[in-house]
Amino acid sequence: MIFLAEHAPVLAIAVPLLAAFLMPLLGRAGAKIRNLVAFAAIAFAGIEVALLALNVLANGVVTYAVGAIAPGLVSPAGFPVRIVMEIDALSTFMAVASVSIALLACVYSMQAMKKHENLDKYFALMLLMTAAMLGMVFTGDLFSLFVFLEILSIASAGLIAFYSGRGESAEAGFKYLAVSSVAALMVLLAAGFLYSQYNLLNMAALAGAMRFSFLDKFALVLLASAFALKCGAVPLHMWVSDAYGEAPAAVSAMLVVASQAGLYALFRVGFTLYGSMPLIDLLGLAMIVLGVLSMFIGVTMAIKQSDIKRLMAYHAVSQTGYMLLGVGVGLSVLGNAAMVSEFGFRAIQGGLFHVFNHALYKGLLFFTAGAVFYVAGTRDMNKLGGLAHKMPYTAVFFLFGALAIAGMPPFNGFASKLIIYESVFEFSPVLSAIAMVVSLLTLASFVKAFSGIFLGPKEAVQAGVKEVPIGMLAPMAILAALVLLFGLFPDLVLEWLVNPAVNALLGQCGYIGAVV
Amino acid sequence: MISSVFIAVACLIGLGFCALVFKRNLIKIAMAIVVMGSAANLFLVSLGYRENAIAPIFTSAPELWMVLPTPQSLTLTSIVISLAVSALMLSFAIIIYRQYGSLDSGKRRLSE
Repeated sequence: MIFLAEHAPVLAIAVPLLAAFLMPLLGRAGAKIRNLVAFAAIAFAGIEVALLALNVLANGVVTYAVGAIAPGLVSPAGFPVRIVMEIDALSTFMAVASVSIALLACVYSMQAMKKHENLDKYFALMLLMTAAMLGMVFTGDLFSLFVFLEILSIASAGLIAFYSGRGESAEAGFKYLAVSSVAALMVLLAAGFLYSQYNLLNMAALAGAMRFSFLDKFALVLLASAFALKCGAVPLHMWVSDAYGEAPAAVSAMLVVASQAGLYALFRVGFTLYGSMPLIDLLGLAMIVLGVLSMFIGVTMAIKQSDIKRLMAYHAVSQTGYMLLGVGVGLSVLGNAAMVSEFGFRAIQGGLFHVFNHALYKGLLFFTAGAVFYVAGTRDMNKLGGLAHKMPYTAVFFLFGALAIAGMPPFNGFASKLIIYESVFEFSPVLSAIAMVVSLLTLASFVKAFSGIFLGPKEAVQAGVKEVPIGMLAPMAILAALVLLFGLFPDLVLEWLVNPAVNALLGQCGYIGAVV
Repeated sequence: MISSVFIAVACLIGLGFCALVFKRNLIKIAMAIVVMGSAANLFLVSLGYRENAIAPIFTSAPELWMVLPTPQSLTLTSIVISLAVSALMLSFAIIIYRQYGSLDSGKRRLSE
C-alpha cells in the first residue's frame, strides 16, 4: 500500500502502458479477458490518481525523480537531474477528469464496438491514450511533455481512423495527424530554444532561471500557438469537426479530455513557466480573443450541421472558448493583486470548473450519439426521428447533456458558466454579454438536435430500433448522475478540486520551490 | 553572424511548411512533415556542438572536451517519433487511395 502511494505518479502511467502492449497477446486468449485487463489497468490508474490527489491536497506539490534510488532525490546537487515529474493540484484535477472519462469510455467501448474486428488494437490505443494523457499532466519536464504529446497524437490518430472501411475516417485521421505533428514540432523547437539558452529542460528550473530574452518570447509564441492548436481554439480548429465526427463515440469522449490536456499545457506555460514575465497579460488578452472567437464561431458553425457528431464537435470548440475566456481573464490581471482577488481568482475558477464539467457533459452527449449510431446506423439528423418512443433512457440522457451544455440550472454547466459570467462581467461587460448570447445559440442548436432525433411521430422510427444494451447505458447513467450532482452541489467540487487547482496556477513560487 | 546550420534549419522548415500548405498530394504532405521533423532534429543536434570537441564517450577518452550528449538523446527520441508519425500518415494515405482511388487532397468527401 505504501508502495502504491509512494510510486503513484509512475505507476499511473506505467500500468496502462504495459497493459496496452499486452492487449494483442491477451486478445488471443479471448475478448473477455482482454476487456477485463484493459478495464483493470485503467481502474488501477484511477486508484493511483486518487491516492496522488489526496497526497497533493495534504502535502502540496509532489515531486518524483524517475529512475532515482529514492523518488524524492530530485535535486541531489542543487539542480534537478533526471526526468522529474512534478504534480500539483492542477495536474491532479486534470488527471481525475481524464481517468474517469477514460474508465467510462472503456466500459462503453466494450459493448459498443463488440461487432467490430481489430479490437486488440483499439484497446491498446485507448490505453496508450490514457497513459499519454496522464503523462502529459504529471510531467515536470518540457521535453517529456513533447514526447507524451506525440504519443497522445499518434494514438488518437489511430483511433480516429479506426473505421478503416470508410475513406472519410482515414481522411480525418490524416488531417489530425498532420496538424498535430506541426504543433508538436513547434513545441520541440521551443524546447530547443529554451535549452540552448539555459541548459535546462525542467519546467520549474526554467521558470526560475528565465530572463525573458527575445528567444524566450519567441519560444512562448511557439508554445502558445502549438497548445492552442491542440485544444482546438479558433482559428486553429479545422481538425476538430472531422476528428470528433469520424471517430467512434467512446474515442470522441476521450478526444475531449485529450484536447483538455493540451489546454492544461497552455495554462502551465502561461502561468508557471512565464508567469513572472512583465508582459504576460498580453498572452491573457490573446487567450481572451481566442476564447471569444471560439465561442462564437464554434456555435454558429454548429447550428447548420446535420451530422450529430459534427454538431457536438463544433460545440466542443465553442465550450473550449469559455475555458479560454475564463482563464484568459485571470491571466490578463495576473500582475495586479487587487484585481486578482476581486475577479481574477473567480474567473480562473470558472474556467477550470468548466473544464471538468465539459468533459462530463460532452462525454455524455457523445455516448448518446454513439448509442443512436449503434441502433440506427446513421448520424444524419435528417434521416432520424421519433427515437424517444423506442429509446427513452437515451433520450433522457441526451436531454441532460443538452441542458447542461446550454447552461441550464440545476446542471453543472450552469454552475461553471455563472461563475464565468459574473467574473468576466467585472473585467468587461461586453465579453459577458457575448458569452450569454453564445449560450442561447447553444440552447437553440440542441433544441433543434433533440427534436430532430428524438421527438416526432412513432411512424418516423426506422425498423429494428430499440434501446441500447446496459453496457452502454451504465456509463451514460453515471455521467448523467455526475452532471446533476455537480450542478446541485458545486461548492463541494469547488472546495476540494477546483480551488486547490486555481491556487496551484497562481502560486508559481510553490511550483519552482519544489524542485530548485 | 548566425551559424550556417541555423540558416539551413530555417530554410528546411520554410520549405517543408510551403510544401505542407501548397501541395495537394497526400504523399507530398507526409514528406513535408518528415522534412520539417528532420530540420528540428538538425537544430537539436547542432545545439550541442562545441568547437574542437570529441564524441561524448567517456571510456578511453583522449581528452575531456566533449560535445553535449543531452541534445543527442533528444534527437534520437525525436527521430523515433518522426518515424512513427510518417508510418501512420503513409498508411492513412494507402487507405484513402484504396477507398477514393486518388491521392489528391482536393478530392475529399468530408466537407464543412
